[in-house]
Amino acid sequence: MIDNDKVNFHFDIDGDNFTTAGEASVKIKKALRQMGFSADTIRRVSVAMYEGEINMVIHADGGEADVNVYPNKIEIILADKGPGIPDIEKAMQAGYSTAPDDIRSLGFGAGMGLPNMKKYTDSIDIQTEVGVGTTVTMVVNV
Amino acid sequence: MPQYLHSVTLDVSRCKGCTNCIKRCPTEAIRVRDGHAIIKEENCIDCGECIRLCPYKAKKAIYDKFEDFAHYKYKIALPAPALYGQFDELDDVDEILTAILKCGFDAVFEVSRAAEIVTEYTRRYMERPDIQKPVISSACPAIVRLIGLRFSSLADNLLPIMPPIEYAARLARKEALEAHPELCDDDICVLFISPCPAKISYIKNPIAVEKTAVTGALAISDFYFKIRSERKNVKNPLPLSRTGIIGLNWAGTGGEATSLLSGKYLAADGIENCINVLDEIENGTIRDLDFVEFNACNGGCVGGTLNVENPYIAKARLRSLRKYLPISRNRVDGQDVSDDVLSDKDFFENIEGLSIESRAEAIKRMTHVEEIYKTLPHLDCGSCGAPNCHALAEDIVAGEATVEDCLIRLRENFHKN
Repeated sequence: MIDNDKVNFHFDIDGDNFTTAGEASVKIKKALRQMGFSADTIRRVSVAMYEGEINMVIHADGGEADVNVYPNKIEIILADKGPGIPDIEKAMQAGYSTAPDDIRSLGFGAGMGLPNMKKYTDSIDIQTEVGVGTTVTMVVNV
Repeated sequence: MPQYLHSVTLDVSRCKGCTNCIKRCPTEAIRVRDGHAIIKEENCIDCGECIRLCPYKAKKAIYDKFEDFAHYKYKIALPAPALYGQFDELDDVDEILTAILKCGFDAVFEVSRAAEIVTEYTRRYMERPDIQKPVISSACPAIVRLIGLRFSSLADNLLPIMPPIEYAARLARKEALEAHPELCDDDICVLFISPCPAKISYIKNPIAVEKTAVTGALAISDFYFKIRSERKNVKNPLPLSRTGIIGLNWAGTGGEATSLLSGKYLAADGIENCINVLDEIENGTIRDLDFVEFNACNGGCVGGTLNVENPYIAKARLRSLRKYLPISRNRVDGQDVSDDVLSDKDFFENIEGLSIESRAEAIKRMTHVEEIYKTLPHLDCGSCGAPNCHALAEDIVAGEATVEDCLIRLRENFHKN
């Protein structure tokens, strides 16, 4: 698809701030609404996006989010320079979490991040290297 | 779509064109153009925040006058429970209800009575196995409109039970027709005594019901004085009230939610707080909740902009008023939710989104908006008349504003030249 048909939104996700985590997902929600996407699509994108944002804050000291909106799909790319995921299969299991206790005491780190991202999107691709970082690409088809 | 009739409106002669309201409007529905504010009707939810904060009292609510209904044979008043909190040294609701009759009404039906029935039906609804949780209260019309505009994916979470004002009007009409068989429905007018513009707007644009049984709305701020002067003439109050603690509690935040007797609830008030909680529910971050109550106004309905008393004082008065009351004075028979209290149509139309062609057009426009936005100073100062730089970029693309409206850029260009 040629670039004229999409609009890109770029966000820097702040690494040490839980209260601002989620801001990107709120902004995307508003933009999608203005562009006439259905309530269901908006919700799927917002859940996947929020989980991804929180993941980057918890595990990777932040990162960058790019959302490309096409008429027929929404692509979410989350890239961080964090520790990487040693065992993707385990990380995809519901309830598996490596979040530290102080994070869990805030109600995060329930081990549902990646499973939810998978559940609410049509495809998810994870490129990760331990010690280098992780890039998660998700697509929600409309 | 039929035209939406708002209660919140602008008195242009009083408006100075300052930017207080545009910055605080939760749906970015106000712009300042040509020296005065304009309300973008399609975005306004009638929450009344602009009425609250306008320093020049240029924002106001449109409401009805009692005199406008003189031609009706039978007039019923529907006092909101918040009304009782407006009066000092009150220990008997009947004193106020009797005073309302003396103002010229034939009957009075407390909204709090219907609220107690709505509470009982809500408890039953919550036991249904197939409902979408958390169930979100649909009693505050400003919140329901907000959900329609910004959180439509939560439409299925809204409680499909009529708000107490609607159910009260229907019960009041039924009671009147039973007591006076000579009347027909068109002879009766039902007037709500409202604490806020949102509920007045509900009567003009009913939510989730085909037709409302409420005829019009008086404002507490206006009708209060009439009730107060009649109150002095009340020697022996008539035994009119049929409300318990639960009904009165609906006047404040938490009243509706706590009466469900389930611990897994959340009760939020203040429009910004409500928006934050709605965002979290939509993101799926708040789990394990059964019921969520939202009140657009701080303190709940006692915080509505048409009250005369401070919301916390009103709440304290209601607290002492309920001291000797039973928990509830309205019970309903049967097991399930009665059909006559259920919403008879969907909350919102058009949540399916636009066609793919329209979305492609919208994406082009949005690309343009983002390009313009990048060139703006991102100060969100509001001096262009839009609430923030992004809204200005949207207005420019919509042809409603120009880049020259940005005073910061204008100044930069001036210095360059």
